[in-house]
Amino acid sequence: MEHYLSLFVSAVFVENMALMLFLGMCTFLAVSKKVDTAIGLGVAVVVVQAITVPVNNLIFNYLLKDGALAWAGLSEMDLSFLGFLCYIGVIAGIVQILEMFLDKFVPALYNALGIFLPLITVNCAIMGASLFMVERSYTFPESVVYGVGAGVGWALAIVLMAGIREKLKYSDVPQGLRGLGITFITTGLMSLGFMSFSGLTL
Amino acid sequence: MSEMSKTILIKPIFKENPIALQILGVCSALAVTTSLQVTLVMCIALTTVTAFSNLFISMLRNNMPGSIRIIIQMTVIASLVILVDQILKAYAYEISKQLSVFVGLIITNCIVMGRAEAFAMKNPPIPSFLDGIGNGLGYSLVLIIVGTLRELFGAGTLFGITILPTVANGGWYQPNGLMLLAPSAFFIIGFFIWILRERNVEQIEKNEFPMSAHTAEKGAH
Repeated sequence: MEHYLSLFVSAVFVENMALMLFLGMCTFLAVSKKVDTAIGLGVAVVVVQAITVPVNNLIFNYLLKDGALAWAGLSEMDLSFLGFLCYIGVIAGIVQILEMFLDKFVPALYNALGIFLPLITVNCAIMGASLFMVERSYTFPESVVYGVGAGVGWALAIVLMAGIREKLKYSDVPQGLRGLGITFITTGLMSLGFMSFSGLTL
Repeated sequence: MSEMSKTILIKPIFKENPIALQILGVCSALAVTTSLQVTLVMCIALTTVTAFSNLFISMLRNNMPGSIRIIIQMTVIASLVILVDQILKAYAYEISKQLSVFVGLIITNCIVMGRAEAFAMKNPPIPSFLDGIGNGLGYSLVLIIVGTLRELFGAGTLFGITILPTVANGGWYQPNGLMLLAPSAFFIIGFFIWILRERNVEQIEKNEFPMSAHTAEKGAH
C-alpha cells in the first residue's frame, strides 16, 4: 500500500507532468485562461489517463512485449516496435468511446467535457504517461495508480495556472510579453515552486 | 527554386515560427534542450517526420474520406515515428536513451498534426514537403538557441566540449545549475518570445483589459 501511495505522490508532485516534464504544454497554455474550463479539461484528463494507461499496460504486457504472445503459441514474437501505433490508436479509440458513452448515458458530464475530449487525443501528457509506464515497466496495479496520479498532477497544474492567469489579465504587462510571453514566465515560476517537492518520498 | 517555394520554406522559420507564434510543439522544445547534441538529434527527427508526413498525407489527400482523416493522419505519423525511433535505436543508442519518451511524443507534437491538417490537406505534395521542412527548421531554430544557452551557461560546454572552464575543473566559470533544470527553459522561451515580438510588432497580443488613463482632471468634481 505504502508503495502505491508513494508512487501516487511522486506522480502528482515530484514528476508533475506539466511543470516538471513539460508534457501537454500546448493545451496547458491554450486552455488555461479561465478556471472553469481548466477544471473541465483537468477532470477529462484524469478520467482518460486513468483508463488509457492501464489498458496500454495490458496491451503491452499481453500482446507486444518480447515473448508476450507465448499464449498464442508464438513465443518468439517481439512486436514492441509497434508500440507507438498501438498506444495512440488505443488513446484515440478510448477517447471516442468515452465521448459516445458520456453522450448517451451522462449527458450533463458530456456537455461539460464535450469540447475537451477530442483535444485530449493529441495531448502529449496522455501519450507520455503511457510511454513512461512502458519505459519503467510498471505492473498493472502500478499503472492504474500512475495513470490517476499523472492525471491529477496535470489537472492540478492547469487549474493553478488558470487561477493565476485570471488575476494576471488585469495587470499591466510590457507590450511584447503580453499573453504568451508572460504565461511562459509564470509557468517557469510555478515550476520553480514545484521543484521544492523534489526528493519527497513517503 | 521558384519564388513561391522559397516563401513556403522560409516563412515558418522567422515570420510564422511554429513555437513562438503558433505555440505548437512546445513540450519537446523544453524537455530535450539540456544538451546541444540531443537537441540536434531531436530537431533532425522532427524535421524528417514533419516533411515526410506532409508529403504522404498530401499524396493521399484526395482519397481520404473526411470523417476518418484524423485517424489516417495519425497512422501515417505514427509509422514515420516508429521508423525514426528504430533508426535511432540502431545507430545512436545512447542518444535515443537520453531522448527516452520524447521521440515517441513526436506523434502528439502539434506541429506535425497541425501542418498536416492546415497545409498538406490543401496543397500538392512538393509544396507540402517544403512546408514540412520549413516548419521543422523553424522549430529547430528555437530549440538550438535554447539548447545552446542552456548547455553553455548550465555546464560551460557545447556538444560536450568545454567552452567556459568551470570552477570545479580548475577554471573560472561558476556554472548556473538552474539552467539545466526545468524552470529555465520556460524563462528562456518567454524572453525569446518577448524579443521576437518587439521586432514583429504586429504579433503583440491585444490587452483584454486596457488600463484607462487617469481621468482626475476632467471627471473630478
